[in-house]
This record gives sequence, C-alpha cells and structure tokens, in this order.
Amino acid sequence: MIFIDTLAQGMLLGGLYALFAAGLSLVFGIMRLVNLAHGDLIILAAYLILTVATVTGLHPFVAVIIAAPLMFGFGWLLQTHLLNRVLGNDILPPLLVTFGLSVVIQNGLLSTFTADSQKLTAGTIEAASVDLGVVTLGVMPVLTFGSAVLVIFALNQLFYRTALGRAFRATSDDAVTAQLMGIRPQQVFAMATGIAMVVATIAALYLGTRANFDPSIGPARLLYAFEAVIIGGLGSLWGTLAGGIVIGLAQAIGASINPEWQILSGHIAFVLVLLIRPRGLFPRAND
Amino acid sequence: MSALLQIAGLTAHYGDFQALFGVDLTLDQGQTVAIIGANGAGKTTLMRAITGVAKVTAGSVTLAGKDITRIPAPDILTHGISMVPEGRKLFPSLTVEENLLIGAHARRGNGFWTLERIQTLFPILKERRHSPGTALSGGQQQMVAIGRALMSNPQVLLCDELSLGLAPVVIKEIYGAFPQIKDSGTSIIVVEQDISQALRVADHVHCMMEGRITLSGRPTELSRDAIHDAYFGVNHA
Repeated sequence: MIFIDTLAQGMLLGGLYALFAAGLSLVFGIMRLVNLAHGDLIILAAYLILTVATVTGLHPFVAVIIAAPLMFGFGWLLQTHLLNRVLGNDILPPLLVTFGLSVVIQNGLLSTFTADSQKLTAGTIEAASVDLGVVTLGVMPVLTFGSAVLVIFALNQLFYRTALGRAFRATSDDAVTAQLMGIRPQQVFAMATGIAMVVATIAALYLGTRANFDPSIGPARLLYAFEAVIIGGLGSLWGTLAGGIVIGLAQAIGASINPEWQILSGHIAFVLVLLIRPRGLFPRAND
Repeated sequence: MSALLQIAGLTAHYGDFQALFGVDLTLDQGQTVAIIGANGAGKTTLMRAITGVAKVTAGSVTLAGKDITRIPAPDILTHGISMVPEGRKLFPSLTVEENLLIGAHARRGNGFWTLERIQTLFPILKERRHSPGTALSGGQQQMVAIGRALMSNPQVLLCDELSLGLAPVVIKEIYGAFPQIKDSGTSIIVVEQDISQALRVADHVHCMMEGRITLSGRPTELSRDAIHDAYFGVNHA
C-alpha cells in the first residue's frame, strides 16, 4: 500500500517537473537553444504572480491569467531584442548570454524582493485531498499533473494541427528554406519563446503554491527541467512528460528509502537512462 | 512585350569572393528561360540573389516594373517569386501534405494552384499525403518541392537543378508538368546541367561560366558546338 502511494506521489511530482521542462523542450525543439535562464524565468514568473496577487488581492489562480500574457510579452521581447542576436551556428554565444541572463534575473529579484522565502497562498485547496481507497492524493498535486498533461496536449495540438505549428517545425528543420516559404524565423522564435514563458508561468503557479521560493532556486529548477527533457528525448513534448515522471518516481522511491536520497535518486535515474538510451526515451526521428 | 522579370548588372559576393559579375537576364510573361552551366558557374547563386538569400552588391532585380532588389527572402514570395531549391530541401518533420501546405504560408488571396490541383498534377502526392516528405523517392520529392513552390501561386517559378540525381524517365515525368504550370500563368526560370533537357523546355537559353552569362539565344538558334564551347569555356581564338 505504501509503495503504491509512493508511486502515485512520485508520478504526480513528475507533472511539476514536466511543467518546468515543457517550455525548455519547446524552445530547444524549435531553435536548438538551451536556455540556461529557464529556471530563473520560472521564479521571475512566480514573483510576478505574487505581485499581481498582492496588489490586486486576486487569488493566484486568477492572477496567473494576468501574469501569463505579461510573461508572453517579456519572452517575445527577450527573443527579439537579445536572443535572436546571438543565435547562429555557434552554440556558445546563446549559452553565455542565457547564463548571464540567469545571473541578472537572480540579482534583480534579490534586490527587489530580498532573499526572504515567499509563497503563493491558494487557501484551503492546498491541504485538500481525494481519498481513492488505495491511496489518498492531494488536490494540488493532481491539479499540477492534470495541468502538465493539458499543457503538453495543447502544445502538441499547436505543433501538429496548426499553420503556426507547421512553421515551427519547418523552421526547426531548415530555417533558410523556411524563409523561401515566406516564414520569418526570428518571429517564429519570438513566438516560441513567448509561448514557453506562458508555460513557465503555469509552472510558477504550481511551484509557488506548493512550496516556498526565493530568488536563488532557479538553477535547481533548470536542472530538473533539463534532466526531464534529456530523459524524454530532445524536442519530444510527450517524452518530456515521461522524463518528468521518471525523475518524480525516482525521487519519491529514493525518499521512501531515505529522505536524504530524494534529490540524489532523481539524478541517478537521469544518469541510468542516459547510459541505457543516450538519445532519451522518445527521441525525434530526425534529430 | 514588356519583361516580367528584368535582371540588370547583377553582382553578388560571398564575403570577399565575387560569385556574379553583372548578370543581365530577361524573362517575359509566359516564357520559360533555361540557365545552363557547369558546377560553380554561378547558376544557383543567381537564383539565391534573386530570392534575397545571397547578398546582392550591385545591379537590380525588377518584377513587373517593381524593384525587388535586396528584398529579404521571406518577402520575395509575397512579391510573386517562388523557388524550388537545389536538392529539393523538403522539411523532414512535415508530411507530404504539410510540405505542400507550408508553401501557402505567406499566400494572400486565392489563385489557380490549390492543394487539390497540385494533387491532380502529381496524383502520387495525394496517395502518399500522410508520409513524411523525405520518405518518398527522389522524383516524388521533386514533385513535392514543385508543388510546394506552386502553392503560393507565383508569377515566376525558379527551378534549381530539377533533374539532379534523377532517372531520365522521372525527369521526363517532372518536366511533363511544365505545360500545365505555364498554362496557369506562371513564367519559369529553370537552372539545369542537363543541356538536352534545358533545350527541350526553354524558349530562351543562357549559358553561364564563372559568374557571367557567356552565351544567350533561342534553342533553335544555338548550335551544339557554340553551347559546348560556352559550357566548358573553350576558346578557339
């Protein structure tokens, strides 16, 4: 019984990691950009939701509706004014720029909000649970997992059922030929980063309502996200969900053996998957 | 007849390397012009310069009286020029049908060429519409590339090395679609290394060598020897 509960909790935790990773996966899949500031952008979004909720008195689940478009705009501007300038055949400049961006965001948040831990208050829903007989699941973890599945389903629909999705995939395949189709790769990249920031805002909502956050925790979120993307297979959105679940399960099982092993277990699972399947569980055929 | 596409003194560089030296070329409405030449003659660079992919350093490209020199590549399509690139360059993550639909990405308004008409022109593309574009044979991929370029309903279709790597029977099938393309009102510039094929389809032929046009004329006016000499740079003087 305890083991089933551990598996269920681990799987639901994987939903949060998948939300951290979905934006990273989207951006990498389209423009081969590893955004080292992704974790910090999630924390920035959490502070934005906190600010909107504090100023307006809105519930965080409502405040996110205001924060998400603002983060989309921020992502668009970030891509058009900074990242598009450094994208090219050399992967080093975007890595360095996003690393610098990570430092800037962390210090900016530290100056503005101090190092004190913050939390988004969602009310009674935080402690609510559903008794399924075999296991009892928290409402927030279930909501998180459900949101992760919905987000990845929506991104997949966007990718494979819309003209914008075709432009995303064509640009990812061959940006020069895509231009001959009338596609502007730099605008496609800006749209992708904007959407990734909306997903990061949803991740921030669940991060902030489930645990404390402060300006320094972004890099660890990036690490979980990165591991989920690699385990799932670069550029594969459903693979990213699977990658998140693998890390969540490993952490839950590790913690059930010894609470100190929780984080380490996730990293060990990452290394093991890489050893067995170096291209991840669900690599894209043309990568 | 006024020229549909007028290229005057076109010069292009790759960094310090000059690839085109003042190329002049005219394409009339409804005409097919062939550009022949050996590898490295500058044929593909000329196509890339017209479409804004290669940097034009001097000269002009005028389409229906409008100067389109140095217009960025994504905007060329909306001005009425579409290209079938060398090597087809289909998008691997798109199906056959999606590869065709992406050709209409920047299309505004209606036109003759629709998905259904492309699939009528090349029926195999309907049969294989859900296959990945790159899973098709070379000839079928070339049909997708032509169909994709037509989906924008261009005034001018640029075809770069259609016959490259294809069997003669397949080449014949592909060029067999040209009359229907011309009937739809599209004028064509075709770059070819296959001289016989170029002479068969073209109303006018230009031979390029080292970034310059060295011979021009109607296929019926040009002797085999003159073409041979221009193609290989033979100077009898």
